[in-house]
Amino acid sequence: MSDEQRIDLNEIAPAEVAELDLYQKREKIYTRKIEGFFQRVRLYTGWPLLIGYFGLPWLEWGGRQAILFDLPARKFHILGMTFWPQDFSMLAFLLIIAAYSLFAVTVVAGRVWCGYTCPQTVWTSIFMYLEQRFEGSRNQRMKLDKAPMSLEKFVRKGMKHSSWLFVAFMTGMTFVGYFYPIRQLLPELATFSTGFWQAAWTVFFTLATYINAGWMREQVCKYMCPYARFQSVMFDKDTLIVSYDSKRGEPRGSRKHSADYKGLGLGECIDCQLCVQVCPTGIDIRDGLQYECIGCALCIDACNSVMAKMNYPKNLISYTSEHALEGGTFHWLRPRIIGYALMLSIMTGVFAYNIINRVPLEMTVMRDRGELYVETADGRIENVYTIHIVNMTDEQRRYVLNISGLEGARIIGNSEPIVAAGTDLTVPLRVNAAPSSIDVPSKTIHFSLTAEDNPDLTVTIESRFMKPL
Amino acid sequence: MSSFWSNWIIILTSITIIGITWLLFANRKKDKDAGETTGHVYDGIEEYDNPLPAWWFFMFTITIVWGLGYLAAYPGMGNYTGFLGWTKEGQHDQEVAKAEAKYRAMRDRYLALPVEEIAKDAAVLKMGQRLFGNNCAQCHGADARGGYGFPNLTDNDWLWGGTPAAIKHTLINGRQAAMPAWGSVLGDQGIKEMTAHLLTLNKRTADPQLAAAGAQKFGMYCAACHMPDGTGNQMMGAPNLTDGIWLYGGSEGDIAQTLRAGRNGIMPAQAKLLSEDKIHILTAYVYSLSNKGG
Repeated sequence: MSDEQRIDLNEIAPAEVAELDLYQKREKIYTRKIEGFFQRVRLYTGWPLLIGYFGLPWLEWGGRQAILFDLPARKFHILGMTFWPQDFSMLAFLLIIAAYSLFAVTVVAGRVWCGYTCPQTVWTSIFMYLEQRFEGSRNQRMKLDKAPMSLEKFVRKGMKHSSWLFVAFMTGMTFVGYFYPIRQLLPELATFSTGFWQAAWTVFFTLATYINAGWMREQVCKYMCPYARFQSVMFDKDTLIVSYDSKRGEPRGSRKHSADYKGLGLGECIDCQLCVQVCPTGIDIRDGLQYECIGCALCIDACNSVMAKMNYPKNLISYTSEHALEGGTFHWLRPRIIGYALMLSIMTGVFAYNIINRVPLEMTVMRDRGELYVETADGRIENVYTIHIVNMTDEQRRYVLNISGLEGARIIGNSEPIVAAGTDLTVPLRVNAAPSSIDVPSKTIHFSLTAEDNPDLTVTIESRFMKPL
Repeated sequence: MSSFWSNWIIILTSITIIGITWLLFANRKKDKDAGETTGHVYDGIEEYDNPLPAWWFFMFTITIVWGLGYLAAYPGMGNYTGFLGWTKEGQHDQEVAKAEAKYRAMRDRYLALPVEEIAKDAAVLKMGQRLFGNNCAQCHGADARGGYGFPNLTDNDWLWGGTPAAIKHTLINGRQAAMPAWGSVLGDQGIKEMTAHLLTLNKRTADPQLAAAGAQKFGMYCAACHMPDGTGNQMMGAPNLTDGIWLYGGSEGDIAQTLRAGRNGIMPAQAKLLSEDKIHILTAYVYSLSNKGG
């Protein structure tokens, strides 16, 4: 990256840093509820994802759960496809594509993943909503926390934690439901009759959700998440960031609604602290771009609501870029983005090609080594092979085995094996050939196996045929 | 391990543990007097000399305590075996016993059933195929069709009998066939005559004069085991000589060689190698090869 694209480091409020105690306890953040355009965007993007997460395990497909990662059986069902451990390279490939998409999106639009779709953010928002419902607004919550224990406080806190635990349990149960049939899991959990591991993982994910979204919250983003820390290397001066326009806002200061602030020498920031109060990570966006900012745009909505009340133009805090802030123009098309887009389309294309052309059939051919060859009474040569067939489809199939590379050879044994759905079969057999057709002591031959009902299901394996020297 | 190397390990391990413990505690400081630096300066950036985080310090301490406990309980300190008495051989035996207990019960269920019945059970045949692959396929071939000197087990042509009881007997006790060498008794001419007779028995062309002479000698020397009509005797493992199936080759030369030098086929006894339940399942598998569909 050219130096021009690098975002300069700004030391913020040096006076504050000097006073910062590195050993201080976390200060609880009380966020204020805010509504606005970006919060509606979050709602509309969040709901489909949540419905997908909670609903997908309940879908059925051809008599089984549509999406089920059956670990004990080592079969991974996704809609009509069943993946076997042999297909794991595809998962690795998919994860690489996902990581690459994340990087590409970050270069273009900053931390939208963090702000809108990261489960940590989404579940924290759900938990904050429940907190608001049972404990009231920001000021009410601060008062409640300071107040001595009373029946009301106990009931409110109890309701909050119960609702958190309920959401956490549903989340944990659903997660386990991707690995163990959820239609069995729920009644089994309800009657305490499920197996140890199902119960243990449900409890684990319930507690993990409860602790992460209820108690840890922004600390996960600030101290635990590696992605939060290294994505700053993907930022350049044209990356979308949530930023405060200090040229417009400063000097900040309170004023009467009707006051001529320009006459008073003030900028447009009225220093109402709303942007700080709504921030889920507890930072002041007016200090500039900070690694704690998850790009959730709550402060934009907060500030815009104030700007509207003051009859000032909107977007004192807005999605912008460093270039735009410096008064420059905003470049969408930059070499990095073109590069990312190109790489992503190539990788997605290769992945799609592999998925479409995946043959859910596997064959292994093992030559007998006990006897390299057998000479029959009528002078022909035989080699013995063990054929292992894996039928990865969901239907029982009859396969036809053929050999090539050996003229006039015939298979003695079951050359049309029937393999049940999702199972494997071992077929020992021998190949019988005339010595005249074998020109070298060890001849390369090919076994090909084709499903009787579907010529696309074909695999070909190389092997050898041996004759006496 | 020699006592030198044992002591070497014990001393090195002890020094290391004592060393890291000293390092951890000797460098520990609790006061958070801000501003004190280590004196390291890079590009104007100074390094604070601050206490270790408490959680990190305690994790390290726990690790050391855990390590000491581990070295006491398990082998690690040279030749000292640990008070739990754990060995990798012991763990292996334990795993084998566990697997045996699991599968034994299943196989014992089959042991109570007759061979003819379980020979129709796909699960038994799958187990049998694996047992066959591990124990029998070296000689008889993965497909059990045998080869030179090793009988085909799928053609319902039996040397020692194809009933479940006979197959099981073969597996448990093994078999030893003894075809004597007739070269010195018959002489070259006798071998020629006998070969001609055997070819005729199998409806192959041969000199009728030689064959007739051979037939006479057959009654004298061979019929005791192979029966007067040449159909063999499964009590003695004497093969049927009229069915065109030859264990040691059916060409004129091969037959003459068998007559001249004799043959000694050996099927090894499996009683000491395989448990009774496994032999029962193998019996069912071998039986099924010649009795498709029961």
